[in-house]
Amino acid sequence: MHTNLTVNGKGQALDHDTRTTLLDALRETLNLKGTKKGCDHGQCGACTVLVNGVRINACLSLVAMHDGDEVVTIEGLASGDVLHPMQQAFLTQDALQCGYCTPGQICSAVAMLKEVAEGQPSQATHDLVGRISLTDEEIRERMSGNICRCSAYPQILAAIRSVAGDVV
Amino acid sequence: MKPFTYERPKDIASAIKAMRANPAAKFLAGGTNLLDLMKSEIEHPPHLVDIGRLPLAAIENTRDGGLRIGAMTTNTQVASDARVRSLYPVLAQAIVSGGSAQLRNKATTGGNLMQRTRCAYFYDTAKPCNKRLPGSGCAALGGLNRNSAIFGTSDACIATNPSDMAVALAALDARIETLTAEGATRSLAVADMHRLPGDTPEIETELKSGELITSVIIPPAPPGGQIYRKVRDRASYAGALVSVAAVGGRVAWGGVALKPWRAEKTEAALVAGIEIPEAVGAELATAEPRGANSFKITLIGRLTAAALGETLAGRRA
Repeated sequence: MHTNLTVNGKGQALDHDTRTTLLDALRETLNLKGTKKGCDHGQCGACTVLVNGVRINACLSLVAMHDGDEVVTIEGLASGDVLHPMQQAFLTQDALQCGYCTPGQICSAVAMLKEVAEGQPSQATHDLVGRISLTDEEIRERMSGNICRCSAYPQILAAIRSVAGDVV
Repeated sequence: MKPFTYERPKDIASAIKAMRANPAAKFLAGGTNLLDLMKSEIEHPPHLVDIGRLPLAAIENTRDGGLRIGAMTTNTQVASDARVRSLYPVLAQAIVSGGSAQLRNKATTGGNLMQRTRCAYFYDTAKPCNKRLPGSGCAALGGLNRNSAIFGTSDACIATNPSDMAVALAALDARIETLTAEGATRSLAVADMHRLPGDTPEIETELKSGELITSVIIPPAPPGGQIYRKVRDRASYAGALVSVAAVGGRVAWGGVALKPWRAEKTEAALVAGIEIPEAVGAELATAEPRGANSFKITLIGRLTAAALGETLAGRRA
């Protein structure tokens, strides 16, 4: 079957099997290997990408479901040689060891800050009707869909904190 | 995944028609549960009808002061809605306690209600499971059943329903509206939508073949507090061992049955003026543990007593 979508600002026309996931289309058809396949069942978050600005697990979506959508992967975050602030923060804070989960962590963190700015609550949000204060507890909870087998969580938290600014 | 054909109908009528033409087809909404099960070849529909873009994604006020939530709203959209957060905090809390943000961004209200059990033996295709392969037996009965049900079980199945959202909706007396394959509209209570296993655990809901959930209707919030509390083996991104939605003196439990379990004996006892611990005990007296899951009786009892202490004092969220 046939699907048109935009990936990192560039229009793509794909002919594919109905079974092709968004993840496999990105990696195998478009050769964008930054998005990683970890569990392939939505449990690890390594495949996190932004679809129309919203983070999802690319492994649990058929590419057929994304006709007309705008997808941004880790390859689309930087502006030329200038890294996205979240990418730079992960480097500066040494927020990785093996690095396999990192593209998913970074895409997830970028979208997470937008979710907070839009007032979306999490399980760690104590006041559901007030302004959300982005505490460390909030960041940890909101990033729980991204697993890091090397357990670089303290540095991941520090990287996100450095982009988000202090708790207010 | 087994091969399948795919279509994305333009409107609701076409979606219903597509299911009539192919009764073995499945509706595909967010896909977070169905595609996962298809990858493991637990589900293998020959045809998918993608309903993800149907115009069922609005949250509207009802005339009586409640809310009508479209079946294709995402979990994130519902939990973030200002009316849901202020009028139905128990629902917002239940939703954000389920899955991860990535999953909630894709998962829908209708799909959440239709998700299937997380029983490990349902997922293990090398083991018998009457849900997956009717008549093959239940491996959980004599297996690792720490997380199995304690209410409404049968010798054919002791699985639980995994939804957090449905537990809150059951406590709020919410109803679903559906469109049948014949095009008729009908409505039933969320608390009555899922079937207990009996001899046919493979039949999971009261919905008929090709029937589409179009919306969830929540009546006006009753006075009093609302709380959702969930206990699990890790702090986040895990299913419940047990959970409780308390809405004033109404109580629904998660993680204890194949459906959201309204603790009606507890509710009746509270109305009769009986103290909280005894009222909770009235429902727990009917529990049927299966060995390793007997701890759930104590756990849900304490969790519920604590939650009711707060909601009956008027505390919200």
